[in-house]
Amino acid sequence: MTQGQYVAAAYGVVFVFVLAYVAIIAAKLARLQRQTTELLRLAQRRQQPDRETADAGPREVLHEA
Amino acid sequence: MSYVADVAVLARKDLKVELRARDTLPAMLLFVLSTLVVFRFALSKETGDDAAYGLLWIAIVFTALLGLSRAWVPEHEHGVLDGLLLAPCDRSAIWLGKSLATLAFLLAAQAVALPIFALFFAPLDATALAGVLLADIGICAVGSLVAAMAAAGRARELLLPLLLLPLTIPLVVGGVGAAISPEEGRFLLLLALYDGIFAVLSWASFEFVVTE
Amino acid sequence: MSLLAPVRSLPGLAALTTLLMGVALMLALIVAPEDADQGVSQRIFYIHVPIALTAYFCFALGAWKALLLLARGDERYDLESYVAIHQGTIFGSLTLLTGSIWAKASWGIWWTWSSNQLVLFLVLFLFYCAYFMLRFSLEDGPQRGRTCAVYALFGVALIPVSFLAIRMAQDFIHPTVFTRHGPQMSGSMFTAFCFCWAAVTLLAYLLYRVELAGKRVDANLRELREALQ
Repeated sequence: MTQGQYVAAAYGVVFVFVLAYVAIIAAKLARLQRQTTELLRLAQRRQQPDRETADAGPREVLHEA
Repeated sequence: MSYVADVAVLARKDLKVELRARDTLPAMLLFVLSTLVVFRFALSKETGDDAAYGLLWIAIVFTALLGLSRAWVPEHEHGVLDGLLLAPCDRSAIWLGKSLATLAFLLAAQAVALPIFALFFAPLDATALAGVLLADIGICAVGSLVAAMAAAGRARELLLPLLLLPLTIPLVVGGVGAAISPEEGRFLLLLALYDGIFAVLSWASFEFVVTE
Repeated sequence: MSLLAPVRSLPGLAALTTLLMGVALMLALIVAPEDADQGVSQRIFYIHVPIALTAYFCFALGAWKALLLLARGDERYDLESYVAIHQGTIFGSLTLLTGSIWAKASWGIWWTWSSNQLVLFLVLFLFYCAYFMLRFSLEDGPQRGRTCAVYALFGVALIPVSFLAIRMAQDFIHPTVFTRHGPQMSGSMFTAFCFCWAAVTLLAYLLYRVELAGKRVDANLRELREALQ
């Protein structure tokens, strides 16, 4: 390898690390999105208690999911 | 003066427990001897004395690890630690007592191992012995704190070497240097510096590790 | 106060980091003159040394937060100390990688025991990996926070002592033949270095803040779930 390629490799390694960090944060964001959606549905269910007592189905589904 | 008395009582308790159960010291003795014998076969005939001193230090560090991994086991198995924490003594006295007891075990194991090393491998002079003593103090001071950390975890026997080995690197450098370097005084100074810094740090921080 | 304003808000910090990193990379790779002795490979210096300094800074920050945890007992310092050490370990591994590449470029070998900086980072890497093992092996709670804080404090005590030990070990491991830094840096080289240092420090601080924000969202969500169920 030439000297220039080593320089590129050194800077590239840092770049790849930062990108890997972005990927980890992306995975985390996806998980947070899933969790907030779940909580949102839970909260919505809370606001309509009469519907829930009439039909217990959705809560069961949610618990298993 | 009551602090010194507390420490003496705690250290004596560990020695008594060991005298009754004989769990740790025979194991350390046998371990350090078999390690030295194994090393005899790991070295080729042309290897000089310098390599032997390196191996001696590996044997010392691992023997100390073996002793330390047992150090807090009686406390945890029989709930002794909770009782000690309730006792009206300074928490750091518990650490100091444990360090002294471990140091006594380690010195006892070395009292057998070092003459055998001198017989099998290479001679040991006064500075090398001073290095061993200073490094023992450092290992026991840091080791009994780190062993208390590891004992609270799930995989305690597995965790202790991982936690302790990086911390022993300066001690190994100092010990090997005291044995083979022509300027051994600098290495003894390094060991003394390490002992001072880490003993104070362990003494001051032990309370935080054991308090619930 | 107004000067610090962009650093306080996360988007402002991110924008500032991006800007500074762009300028720093341009200075380091294009503007700075080529080193007379080492040639183009000297440019690795502009990324390697700032990353190493930043890793030290992160470890020191983690130990400082650990000290605050022990002194004040506030739970949030536990998380901050952990995240700072996490950043330090990431930058420490980057130091090992870029240093290794630099060693190959200038001396033709991937690893040398005679480079104190590299060996020290190897020791620290082992030490802080053990920190994570310790953290994941203990049960969540105030005792875990304090135990990890004590171990983090041991880390900053270990840095100078190990550095001294590694320097002294050179005598019997290997004779010292290499000197890493060129004897002199020209003015524009020094400017490039300073910009890189600032940019990398800001990058570390940005990642620290992002991770901390993520961890706090996690904790909030957990509480919200408990409140709803």
